[in-house]
Amino acid sequence: MSVDRLALADEFAGAGAAGDGAVASADVAEYALRLGDDALVLAQQLGMWIARAPELEEDVALGNIALDLIGHARSLLHYAGTATGRSEDDLAYWRDEPEWRNAWIFEQPNGDFAHTIARQLFIATYLFELYGELSASTDPTLAAIAAKSVKEVDYHRDHATQWVLRLAGGTDESRRRMIAAVADTWPYVDELFHDDELVERLASEGVAVLPSRLREPFDEVIDAVLAEAELELPTGRTAFIASGGGRRGSHTEHLGPLLAEMQVLARQHPGASW
Amino acid sequence: MTSPADLSVAGAARGEQSGDEAAQALFDDLIAKDSRIEPRDWMPEAYRKTLIRQISQHAHSEIIGMQPESNWITRAPSLKRKAILMAKVQDEAGHGLYLYSAAQTLGITREEMMLQLIEGRARYSSIFNYTTPTWADMGAIGWLVDGAAICNQVPLCRASYGPYGRAMVRICKEESFHQRQGFEILLELMQGTEAQREMAQGAVDRWYWPSLMMFGPPDDQSPNSAQSMAWNIKRFSNDDLRQRFVGMLVPQAEVLGVTLPDPNLRFNDATGQYDMSEIDWTEFNEVLAGRGPANAERLRRRREAHEDGAWVREAAAEYARKQALKSAA
Repeated sequence: MSVDRLALADEFAGAGAAGDGAVASADVAEYALRLGDDALVLAQQLGMWIARAPELEEDVALGNIALDLIGHARSLLHYAGTATGRSEDDLAYWRDEPEWRNAWIFEQPNGDFAHTIARQLFIATYLFELYGELSASTDPTLAAIAAKSVKEVDYHRDHATQWVLRLAGGTDESRRRMIAAVADTWPYVDELFHDDELVERLASEGVAVLPSRLREPFDEVIDAVLAEAELELPTGRTAFIASGGGRRGSHTEHLGPLLAEMQVLARQHPGASW
Repeated sequence: MTSPADLSVAGAARGEQSGDEAAQALFDDLIAKDSRIEPRDWMPEAYRKTLIRQISQHAHSEIIGMQPESNWITRAPSLKRKAILMAKVQDEAGHGLYLYSAAQTLGITREEMMLQLIEGRARYSSIFNYTTPTWADMGAIGWLVDGAAICNQVPLCRASYGPYGRAMVRICKEESFHQRQGFEILLELMQGTEAQREMAQGAVDRWYWPSLMMFGPPDDQSPNSAQSMAWNIKRFSNDDLRQRFVGMLVPQAEVLGVTLPDPNLRFNDATGQYDMSEIDWTEFNEVLAGRGPANAERLRRRREAHEDGAWVREAAAEYARKQALKSAA
C-alpha cells in the first residue's frame, strides 16, 4: 500500500515547479495568461469526457491529455499571477468572462467524438509548433514550461492524428462525422495565428513567438494528415473565418456556461482554501 | 475501488462434475499449497465461473464508480483538486481495464461483460448507487469507500488466480493514494470555514453506513463465502474485515475532528472488538435490488456512453480491418 510520494508530489506540484520565484512583467503576464487560459479551458472541456468516452482506453487517454493541460495551465497561470500577486486559483476562479484571454477554438464545445478530435488535431498541432519555438524564449520560465509541455503535446497530436485517420478511414458514418467536424472547427483556426501589438513587442525581445510564424509549419502538418486521411478543408481556405477576439476578452456563447460551472463552488466560499 | 464482498460471488459454485480426477488433484494440490492458478492451468468450471463473475463485477464497479466522482471534475474548487480528481477517476478507468483483461483470460470477452453490465444482468458494488451532492463527498468517498475497498482488496492480492492477484497489487497501490487524497480533502475542509466543516460532517454522515455495508452481510448470513475461502479467493470473513476497517477509522476520525454517526460505537475491552449499532440491512437489500438513490441513473449513463460511442468503436474496427487487408496485399 505504498505510493511513490515523490512522483505524486511532482505530478501535482503545479505552479512552483516551473516558477522558481520569477516575477513576470505586465506584458509577460498577459502573454502567459493567454496560453494558460487556452490550456485550462481545453482541459475543462476534455475533463467532461471522463466516464463518457467511447472506449475505456479513451477515458484514460482523454483524461491524460486533460491532466497534461491542467499542468500547463497551472504553471502558466501561476507565472501570470506573479505580476499582480494573484494565485493560479485567483485567476482560474475569480475572473469573469471578459477577463479571459483564450482563443475561441478552445471554448468550442466537445460535440461528438469527431468534433473533439478535430479540435484536438488543430490545437495540438498549433501547440506543438508554439511550445517548440517557445522553448528557446529569452524568458527562462516560459522556456522551461514550453520545454516540458512540448513533449506532452507531441503525444496529444499523435493521439488526434491516429483518430482522424481511423474516423476518416473507418465506416461511412465515421467519415461523414469527421468531415463535418473538420468543416465546423476549421473557421476557428485562423485566430490562433493573429499577431497583435503585445506579441509583436514580446517577440522582438525574444520572449514570445509571433503566432503568424507558426502558420506555415502548422499548415504543413495539417495538410499531410488530411491528405493521408483523404480529407479536404472546406471550400479551400476562403470559407467563413471566425473573427476571433478571445485575446481581447470577447468570447463566443460557450465560455460563459463553462466558467459558471467551473467557478460555482469556489465562488460560494470566498476566501476558503481547499 | 469496490467491494466484491457485497456481491454474490459463488452462485456459480455448484455442480462441479469434471471427470478429470488427475487434473482436479493437481488443482487441489496447488490450492492446498497456496500457489497460483494460471490461465493455462486446468481449473474446475465452478472456480472459473466464480472468478469471471467476481472479477467482472469488480471491473464494473470501477467503471460505474467513475460516475459519482466525475460529477465533480468540472466543479472542483481548485486546480490542484481538479488535477487530483481527474487522475483518480482516470485510475479507476485503468483499474477497470486491468480487471476486464484479467477476466478475459478466463474466456469471456470485454464486449460480453459490458453488455451484461448495461443490460442489467451483472452487478457492481452498490455503494456507487449513492449520490454525491457536495464536494465533501469526494473526500468521504476517498476516505471511507476507498478505505473499505482497500480492506477488502489487500487480501485479494494473494487471490489464488494469478492474473487477478497481480491486477490487485497494482490497484491497491493506487487505492492507497486515493484514500489519502480523500482524507486530505476532509482534513482541509475540517480546518476551514464553518460551512466547510458542516459539508465534511454531512458527507461522513452520508457515507459511513454505506461504506460498512460494502463488506457484505454478517458472516452467519453469507452462505457463499465458504467456497471462496476454500479456494483461496477470499481470505477473511465479512465481519472480520468490517471490524478491521472500523478500527482503522476511529483514530483517523479523531484526527479529522469528524463524528462517526453511530452513538453506540465503542471499543469493547472484553471482546477486543468494536461494538456498533445494527446495520440497516433493509437499506442494503433495497439498493442491491436496484432501488437505491441512483441505480437507474448510473446504468443509463453507462448505456448512453456505450451506445453513443458505438460508431467510434465500429470505425476503429473497420479501419483496423482495412489496414490489415492493405498490409496483407
